[in-house]
Amino acid sequence: MNTVDLAQTGVRELNAQLQGLKEDTNERLWQVLNPKGAHAIAAGLMVPIEVHIEGHPGYYCAGMNKNATIIVNGHCGNGVAENMMSGVVRIKGNASAAAGATGRGGLLVIEGDAGLRCGISMKGIDIVVGGTVGHMSAFMAQSGALAVCGDAGSSLGDSIYEARLYVQGKIESLGSDCVEKEMTTHHVNKLAKLLERAQIRADARKFRRYGSARRLYNFHVDNVDAY
Amino acid sequence: MTGSFPPGHTPPRRSATFDEYAIAEIHRAAATGIYDIRGFGAKRKVPHFDDLLFLGASVSRYPLEGYREKCATDVLLGTRFAKKPIQLKIPVTIAGMSFGALSGAAKEALGRGATAAGTSTTTGDGGMTEEERKASHILVYQLLPSRYGMNPDDLRRCDAIEVVVGQGAKPGGGGMLLGQKITERVAGMRNLPVGIDQRSACRHPDWTGPDDLTIKIQELREITGWEKPIYVKVGATRPYFDVALAVKAGADVVVLDGMQGGTAATQEVFIEHVGLPTLAAIRPAVQALQDLDMHRKVQLIVSGGIRNGADVAKVLALGADAVAIGTAALIALGDNDPKLDEEYRKIGSAAGCYDDWHEGRDPAGITTQDPELSKRLDPVKAAKRLQNYLAVLTMETQIIARACGKSHVLNLEPEDLVALTVEAAAMAGVPLAGTNWIPGRM
Repeated sequence: MNTVDLAQTGVRELNAQLQGLKEDTNERLWQVLNPKGAHAIAAGLMVPIEVHIEGHPGYYCAGMNKNATIIVNGHCGNGVAENMMSGVVRIKGNASAAAGATGRGGLLVIEGDAGLRCGISMKGIDIVVGGTVGHMSAFMAQSGALAVCGDAGSSLGDSIYEARLYVQGKIESLGSDCVEKEMTTHHVNKLAKLLERAQIRADARKFRRYGSARRLYNFHVDNVDAY
Repeated sequence: MTGSFPPGHTPPRRSATFDEYAIAEIHRAAATGIYDIRGFGAKRKVPHFDDLLFLGASVSRYPLEGYREKCATDVLLGTRFAKKPIQLKIPVTIAGMSFGALSGAAKEALGRGATAAGTSTTTGDGGMTEEERKASHILVYQLLPSRYGMNPDDLRRCDAIEVVVGQGAKPGGGGMLLGQKITERVAGMRNLPVGIDQRSACRHPDWTGPDDLTIKIQELREITGWEKPIYVKVGATRPYFDVALAVKAGADVVVLDGMQGGTAATQEVFIEHVGLPTLAAIRPAVQALQDLDMHRKVQLIVSGGIRNGADVAKVLALGADAVAIGTAALIALGDNDPKLDEEYRKIGSAAGCYDDWHEGRDPAGITTQDPELSKRLDPVKAAKRLQNYLAVLTMETQIIARACGKSHVLNLEPEDLVALTVEAAAMAGVPLAGTNWIPGRM
């Protein structure tokens, strides 16, 4: 295992090392100590390595991740795994706002709670949250899946496109054009596989499904109150 | 109107308030229940560069000889932090316009023409296409609120990154592309269902405010190895504060877009009633840079209604480092060509007026996704037209600069300018012609 102590080394040096690794590297296991809220830790990784961050990184940890597995043994700041392309990011604690924002692929697991706008504008990422999500989560969510084991804050899925939302707990309110949909056996099985992939213990049958009513895809004056 | 009228009647008279356009718009709103959407920038008359004049050399100054004495035009952008700043041959760049708003042929033509002229193009809300990356030697990649197509591979293969906070046609608004232009290819790139009305968010999804922007810029630098210049683009509203905050957030370049700047589609009321005229935005922006001792260290690109070399020269004289053109570039490619007037009339417009870019029925093949219409634009021929136009802009700027005694176009200065109106004098911070008076200053 390679260990980098951010108390001794800067984020630039760490990221340059990790981004410089080749696809066939044998330096596959990394540990980062003393993140202490530093930003953009492990952002822009490209190869299938595993990075363990011991502590609490700041904003944009694992931003635009491709192929790597990044595990945060702590909480994290805004925008974790923003625009992730592939790979896995796991937060053992809580995530702040905009977790998984605009993510296009891969799996983001937040074992604790996520703040507001979790999965905002998601474009194919799968997000599984063991706890709750905050206000306006899955806002303008285009594709991918968000599964929430706890409660969801207000305006869930506002202006949603074709992303699939699954919530086990209570929902404070649904956003514009987001409606409850039928949870069929097909959806239960898909969710069960997602939860298994995320290593989150929950019964998929206890979740409800939400998605777009598709009334706002083309403007009509009768829907003006929804805008 | 001449002619006789029934007894007791006077000639029909239009209201200045409820003019022909206002009445037609009320009828249209009542019939449809939706606001009017169009492309182009603000069309109303506002103080602009025609209200400024240059003071050429005479006895108190001496000019440079045309054709013999050099007047350089090169510009270096991104010198503040980027390991690989951008060298342009001319101080005119091509502004961000999306694939989706424009046809693939148009994007390719812009790339080819700009490359031939030694300058850059900019992607738009649809992300980076292979045509544009191949055609454009210097490509600026926009980071917009929508993040359509955003990916780290394109971030790494671009030459600069432009964080778009807003644009002049709709500062505070998001992007819009209506269903008729969301074709399979566009939908695929944007990860949307085909045929829907696409609206982008007006704020970025993962940052709000200048403190967050500082951190976001840092992340972009980390992902790209601190190589690329990072631009911050703002629509002109509070330019002094916005430029100052962009500088403090770590921008290498600020792009400032006035209300005459074009858009592919937004609400008419937004275009005409929100934002500042480009002329009014430049001096506060330059003042902010000077107050931070960052003038020429953080470069300023100005856009919005640039039409000719005189406009370019005036923007540079007011303190900018370069201009960006969007609408003018499309016109150079062939938009609003008088030869197409009959076709424009068939779709409810006229040559010189066509702004229904959102409808995707452009007979010039530029602001359309229709494959038959797009074929009408030959990217190679259109690129040559753009190259020609950029050459003329540059030569006109040099002519004026030499006449003012400047050996580099960036040496043009406010002292070379006067204004024809009190408004333009106040906005540009230059004296009213024939006086020493700058309204609003002691």
